Amino acid sequence: MKMALQTKTLTLVQAITDGLDIMLEDREDVILLGEDIGTNGGVFRVTEGLQKKYGEHRVIDTPLSEAGFVGAAIGMAANGFRPVVEIQFLGFIYPAYEQIMTHASRLRMRTMGHFTVPMVIRAPYGAGVRAPEIHCDSTESIFTHMPGIKVVCPSNAYDAKGLMIAAIEDPDPVLFLEPMRSYRSSREEVPEGKYTVEIGKGNKLTHGDDVTVIAWGAMIPVAMKAAEEMKQKGVECDVLDLRTLYPIDKDLIIQSVQKTGRTVIVHEAHETGGTGSDLISLINDEAFLYQKAPAERVTGFDAPVPYFGFEEYYLPTPKRVAAAIEKVMKF
Amino acid sequence: MEKLFPIIRVIDQGGNVVSDEHKELVTEERVKSFYSEMARIRMFDRKAISLQRQGRIGTYAPFEGQEASQVGSALALEGDDWMFPTYRDHGAAMVFGHSLRNIFLFWNGRNEGCIPPDGKKIFPPAIPIATQIPHAAGAAFAEKQKGTKNAAICYFGDGATSEGDFHEGLNFASVFKSPVVFFNQNNQYAISVPVSRQMNSATIAQKAIAYDMPGVRIDGNDVFAVYLETSRALERARNGEGPSLIEAMTWRYGAHTTADDPAKYRNQDESAMKRAETDPLLRLERWLKNEGLFDEAWVKEIEEKAAMEIDAAVREMESYPPADPAVIFDYVFAKSTWTIEKQKREYLKLIGSDGR
Ligand SMILES: Cc1ncc(C[n+]2csc(CCOP(=O)(O)OP(=O)(O)O)c2C)c(N)n1
Repeated sequence: MKMALQTKTLTLVQAITDGLDIMLEDREDVILLGEDIGTNGGVFRVTEGLQKKYGEHRVIDTPLSEAGFVGAAIGMAANGFRPVVEIQFLGFIYPAYEQIMTHASRLRMRTMGHFTVPMVIRAPYGAGVRAPEIHCDSTESIFTHMPGIKVVCPSNAYDAKGLMIAAIEDPDPVLFLEPMRSYRSSREEVPEGKYTVEIGKGNKLTHGDDVTVIAWGAMIPVAMKAAEEMKQKGVECDVLDLRTLYPIDKDLIIQSVQKTGRTVIVHEAHETGGTGSDLISLINDEAFLYQKAPAERVTGFDAPVPYFGFEEYYLPTPKRVAAAIEKVMKF
Repeated sequence: MEKLFPIIRVIDQGGNVVSDEHKELVTEERVKSFYSEMARIRMFDRKAISLQRQGRIGTYAPFEGQEASQVGSALALEGDDWMFPTYRDHGAAMVFGHSLRNIFLFWNGRNEGCIPPDGKKIFPPAIPIATQIPHAAGAAFAEKQKGTKNAAICYFGDGATSEGDFHEGLNFASVFKSPVVFFNQNNQYAISVPVSRQMNSATIAQKAIAYDMPGVRIDGNDVFAVYLETSRALERARNGEGPSLIEAMTWRYGAHTTADDPAKYRNQDESAMKRAETDPLLRLERWLKNEGLFDEAWVKEIEEKAAMEIDAAVREMESYPPADPAVIFDYVFAKSTWTIEKQKREYLKLIGSDGR
């Protein structure tokens, strides 16, 4: 990780814009495609100003056709470009599912490396902003299950910029999930210029010997709040920000769980088939005998994300996370 | 292509019936009924925007400017037909008999808002673009299989024609001669993307050629042209002649949704100009004036009636019982699974009586 000296204060959205800007400047082969990303600057303004700066040939408003522009980006990636495509909301990625599943993720394997797909698919995800239905999905596990695509999900501005640059430089397809709820919820100092956050590496946010709490994206503030509350009660947590959902940072998790012996996993996605299951099997494989309690999951339910009138009931809350921490402590 | 698909019009913006063949269609009774429906849904739309601004409902998609397309097409339906609206077509749904309270509930984040009144075959608004198009093809095909005379109408925007589902739905309906009317409202923008960048075809109607179904282009701000052509397409559908595609040329005056700022991508003076040139209500008002039938008191009366209806719906929406978390779990399957039951049990126990 190379650190530049100057910093600036950015929201998560602005940090992504900054990462895209730097890469558009840095590499001729980087090209942005998506719905409403040009003149409009994206519905969340992530690409604000970029079309003006780099031209309509590099920041391209596509027709309303996810299968079309993701498929086209695969062709462009195989032919010398580094496309970064925007899916307006993760819930609208499904028309492109076929292109990602049957082509983006396996072209390298099918051709034994002759054709490759160095592309980034950006998608805001998650509930909690009173958005209409389908705008709130958190279906990252559909993609972690897909062999041949990496999945990253930053929780803060620093990681967002560093991961974006790393994703664009990665030789393989990367799904870049953006926590809508955290887009503008805070600002932080972010280095100017180019730096990367390594894909596949998580980050320890707090240190504690009692419980390992694992979360990512928009669930980080929830996990942190619960950990703070529990600290008042004398329970100290390692809060781990996974940052990359595939491949998972095995060492970070195992070292922490071997120390604490207790795990709480927090994710917004549905419980069954969620990344929590993968984490538990990892712990089972690598830290089974260190465990003092069965790992707990605090997740969305096995139900479609409900309309926003119900979303406060669907989303994991600090209260639910704190209850899970207490449960593993009492076991 | 524009020549192959001329824009069909019955009344021009001056309020004149453009051809003698339509003189009998344009009666005082029809004009007044179309006008009052358009005024009613416009008032609903404005009310909803104001509720959103006050934080009393969530993000809202307004349709002002598209009233003629929605009213003319919905009034052409029979009570037993199917309707497949998008998030911008609740004007049509209201005209077809949807509950105003439920439409408000939908925009206030409640699944209850998707339930149509008894006996009304209105699908929930399609949020993922174009996904409703194959549904309409299928529901209409089912009516045909059952041997009824019922048809379906399917609404979608210009942007929707870029999705695969549009083409797959039209092809399916064409192969199986589904009794369905594909009703496109070409408001010329998909959020910020103008139709000229959405497609390289001069018209949407011409896409019907590929599926060998009739395609027409109409003035979507002319409620009579909309009513006439939708009625014709429905009649063909009922006669076993299969689907049709209608392209109604229109314009949304306002934002894409309350979360959108149209000034980012278009000059809103243009929208003001469009309003002056094409307002569908103004057109009927002018006809009434030309005929010496316009009556301020009557307009006031219908507006007051609509306002009362809308205010009552707002009150019903706001006094509706609060969201019950059990709804999340209870409607996933007919018979719940053990995972859902376990999650429900543990969750309801944890939140207890304080509801959090
Ligand atoms: C599959 C899908 N992709 C993207 C979106 C986000 N989105 C919502 S409305 C819209 C534009 C739709 O334009 P159009 O079909 O012309 O209908 P209009 O909104 O103008 O009525 C977009 C891109 C979506 N809802 N579904």
